[in-house]
Parts: sequence; C-alpha cells; structure tokens
Amino acid sequence: MLEATDVRVEFGGRGGRRARAVDGVNLTVAPGEIVALVGESGCGKTTLARTLLGLERPTSGQVSYDGTPLSYTGRRLRAFRRQVQLVLQDPMGSLNPRQTVYEAVAEGPRIHGLPDEEKVVADALSRAGLRPPERFFLRYPHELSGGQRQRVVIAGALALSPKVLIADEPVASLDASVRGEILSLLLRLRDDLGLAALVVTHDLGLAWNIADRVAVMYLGRIVESGPTEDVLTNPQHPYTQALLSVLPESPERIVLTGEPPDPTRIPTGCRFHPRCQLFAATQDAEACRTTPLPTLTATADPQVACHLAPVPTTA
Amino acid sequence: MSLLELDEVSVTYRIAAGDVPAVRGVSLSLEAGEAVGLAGESGSGKSSVAMALLRLLPRSARVDGRILLDGEDVLAMKWGRLRAVRWSEASIVFQGAQHGLNPVQRIGDQIAEPLLVHNLATPSEASMRVRELLEQVGLPTWRARSYPHELSGGQRQRVMIAMALACSPRLIIADEPTTALDLMVQAQVLTLIRKLIAEHDISLLMISHDLSVLADVCDRLAIMYAGRLVEAGPASADFRHPYSQALAAAFPTVGDPASRLAPRGLAGDPPDPQQLPGGCAFHPRCPVAIDDCSTAPVDLRDVGPGRTAACLLVGRSLARGN
Repeated sequence: MLEATDVRVEFGGRGGRRARAVDGVNLTVAPGEIVALVGESGCGKTTLARTLLGLERPTSGQVSYDGTPLSYTGRRLRAFRRQVQLVLQDPMGSLNPRQTVYEAVAEGPRIHGLPDEEKVVADALSRAGLRPPERFFLRYPHELSGGQRQRVVIAGALALSPKVLIADEPVASLDASVRGEILSLLLRLRDDLGLAALVVTHDLGLAWNIADRVAVMYLGRIVESGPTEDVLTNPQHPYTQALLSVLPESPERIVLTGEPPDPTRIPTGCRFHPRCQLFAATQDAEACRTTPLPTLTATADPQVACHLAPVPTTA
Repeated sequence: MSLLELDEVSVTYRIAAGDVPAVRGVSLSLEAGEAVGLAGESGSGKSSVAMALLRLLPRSARVDGRILLDGEDVLAMKWGRLRAVRWSEASIVFQGAQHGLNPVQRIGDQIAEPLLVHNLATPSEASMRVRELLEQVGLPTWRARSYPHELSGGQRQRVMIAMALACSPRLIIADEPTTALDLMVQAQVLTLIRKLIAEHDISLLMISHDLSVLADVCDRLAIMYAGRLVEAGPASADFRHPYSQALAAAFPTVGDPASRLAPRGLAGDPPDPQQLPGGCAFHPRCPVAIDDCSTAPVDLRDVGPGRTAACLLVGRSLARGN
C-alpha cells in the first residue's frame, strides 16, 4: 500500500560533502500490517519516515501509495496526508500547551474540511481510549498524564481516518507501566480498523511486542528484514546479531566498538565492515571491503545484505 | 557499618498549592562495594532520593529522616564539610550528558576542576590524572582538549563518568546514566560502569526507570512507587510485588512467546502525590487487589531470602483470590 522504491535522500553537508541519510531503500507497508523500522540514531530511519510521509522529497527513487507515485503538489499531497498520518515521540512537544484537547484533535479535520466536526473528534478520542470523550474536550495538555497526552496525539491522527500511521518512537517518552497500554492501542486499531503502521524505533522489545515485520537499518540502508520471529530470534546479519546480543536476556554479548560512522563518509564495500565482528574474525573477506552489496528488495520474506551470512532464502 | 544508610527519608516539596510528598519514608542501605539499583516511574520519587543524598535539592524541598554516609549525617553537615564530601566521598553522574557539561570549557579542564577546587592536586598532577581518567573511561587522551560539542552522546557520558571518578569517591550515584543513549552505546557505557566499579571497589547507587538496565549492573534492586519502596531484594531473583512484576513485564524479553503481539502494561496512571489513595497507594491499578488493600496500611516485611515487599498479598495463599 505504502511503498518506497530505491529511495535515496541526500543533504548538503559542511564543506560540500553530501550526507547520504537514506541510501537506497525498498520498503512496503501492506494494509493492516505493522512494520518496525529499527536502528540506532543517525541511521536514517527518521529521514526515511519523513520521506514516506511526503515531508521530505527523495533525491532519487520514489514513494508510492496504492500504486500511485506520490505527487508533491498541493492538492494531491493533501489527499495523501489524510491517508498517512504521523504520530510523534514526545506528546508534550507535539501538543500546543494553550490548545484544548478538542482544538488539538479538531485541527486536522478543519484543515481538510470534514463535516460533523464534533462527532469526528469524539469518535477519534474514544477510539484512542479517552472515554467518555466529552470529558476530555476542554482539558489542556498539562492537565493530562503522559499516557493520556500520547492518546490525544494518536486521536489527532485518527480523526482523519487514515489508512497508515507512521509512529516515530511512540512510547519512548512514556513511563514503563503506561507503555504497554499505548502499544495495545496500536494493535487494537489494527484489528478494529485495519490500520497499518510503520513504527520507527530503536527498541527491539517494542518490535517484538507489536510488529509483524522488522526492517533493520544501518547507515542509510536496510541490512536485514523479514517476519519479526525470523529477524529477532534467528538474526542473520552480524549487526542485527550484535543489537540483540546486548539485550539483558542475551547470554553472550557482542558490544560493537565505536559509533555509527557519519553518512558523509560511508565505507566502501559493505558499509558495516569497519565495525563488523564477523569481518574481524574472518581472514579472507576481501569482498566486504571492496564489493558493494545489492539493496534489499521490498519482499516480506527474510533477507539479509551481508557477504558472510548464509545465502538468503529468497535468492 | 554500611557505606550509605537512608533511615526513613522523606522529601516534601512546598509549592503554592500546598505540600507535595515526593518521598515518604524510604529506608535503604548500601554496603561498601555493592551496586544497588533504584527503579521507578517518573514521579515515583527516585530522583528526589538521589538528590537528597548530597543535598542537591532546591530550597523548596524539605528533607526529613537521616542520611548516613560512612556514618556521618549528611543532613547535619556544615557547608564546608558538604562541599568536601561531594565529589571526593560521593559523586553523581547525571542523565542527559549534554546539559551536565560546560559547552565553552575544554573537557580536560572540566574533569580537572574538582581536583583543583578540593586542592587534591597541583595543576600538573591534575593534567596527568585527567589523562589517566580518560584512558580509564575509554577515550583517547587528546580528547582532553576537545569541547563537549565535538563529542558524541556516548563520549560525553564517558566524560561525565571520568569527572565522577576524578576524586576517587567511594560511592557513585548514577541517575539514568544511559537513558538518552542508543542501544549499542548504552551497552558500551554499562560495560564501562561494571568494569570501573569492580576495579576500583566503588559502590554504586544507580537510578533508572529501566529494570533491565539495573538488573544488568546491580546486586540488589529496590522499586519505588508513589514515594515509597514497595520491594527490595537480590537482582538475581524474581519480583514478588505486583507492581514490580508489572514493571518488569513492561520490558518484554525478545523471543518470549508470551509477550509476542501481547504488550503488557498497567491500566491507569501513577497517582497524584497530593491525592494519594488510602491503604496501599498502588491498589487502584493493582490487578490482584482485594478490599483490604484500600484501607489497611502496608509496610515492608520479609517475604523471602534478602527480600522485603510492601503488599498484603505477597506470600499469602489468598493471592489472586478475592
């Protein structure tokens, strides 16, 4: 339904060097599917999410929705934005402190000129779990708890009856005990409304909790993707293996040294090789240093971009 | 004698709308060389406890009870003594490393500052010590000449740890030391903290909302809810209090079929400290509460080897019944 095809996004950097924030990504989100896009900060996951929302224009490649390439002119883009809604990380930052809950949720429907505003707002609030909705109409963000505020943000997205939610770290700023409730809400919206979601996160537990599929991103590329069970319990890419190994429950840790290199200087060959534990342990791995890997396709089957991993099942 | 002993410590903030009891009678001790984790959600009072330990709270806060650091009452210390104790006996690593460092001072000078202020070193000794500290936290020594903005978040957190170690304290208080960091960088910092406390025989009080992070580093865990300890015990064993169990379940184990497509949390929100529920403050959100929970006072009591919990139901056969 929502699809990125060979998307690249570059930014001009200091000294004329271009940062390749997203460097060739294929990704789809099917109706009713929850996809987790996982990676560390700086890997390009937020830029990719913004590109999928039409907030950022790809330098090359394209985003399409329902088979139609995204148009970046006024009216068509506006129609698209109704279908694909953003849920931001920090509800205190994304809500106007001087706006009531009603005004916050009604803003989208007003911009899009939806009839029956009050009913739309009430429905959205109750779907987001704020019941009875009328009780919340006149409240201000500071009168609500963190979990309730995040529900208001979600209600604002739901008010336009979208088909896809793009949620950037939807529970990162919430308390542990509240987190589960918000994640359950996303699952319930999928079950009740068939709402698809792309959840951008660095939290593998969150992916395990709600995602059907996981895509792991490193330095602008997806390096491994597939059904959640495959990727998280039987990871093939050394980077995914390392990420999972530092979770507390993991028996053996692979702590990578250093930090992701910056996207203005992407290493040649496999972009992960300077930090790769497999590369370091292999004597004869010239390919990792010199041969670039093909970009992964948008398939739902397990796939991995690594010279040293076993051949992907979908080859 | 314990290195650190909290005896019925309470913290009350006075605001225009009245008194806010943020911490309500917390008793906790920490032996030399021990690592204790203090967990809780925002508003549970865990950071107020940390700040109270070195009297870093604002004037609007009143601290009651006793805080003994190596037998000496922190709350009764004179200013000069308190200044000497900070950094050299106990130091704090704050969360959000970007705000804890001075943006216009080289990091070497910032690490050296407590040494010079406390007259623990001459300038040349201090710069040697800075190099030694940078090596200990895994940063190249030339970084001493860098400014904070030239470092990544993980590197800044390492600098904060180097500062905390500068005066060789016996206790380090770490308040959410890895919260804003990426998974891999968090793992690097936790590995570093584990290594340093083992090598230098330092005691650690680590505060976090993330139980899995605490369990990774600490020997004992204490859980706070609404200003009180609800449970304390060895990190290696399972929790008994329903709140601790819910908090632990909120961070799922990847690969555990029980949590697959089944996020778990608690309904409702933590209570307003000015309108605490009667009886056990957790009862309105508790999945196993019985009628008595809303009226009967609950205190910590022994419920297992080295474990205390404040719950009427723990260890009784009527748990889960009604």
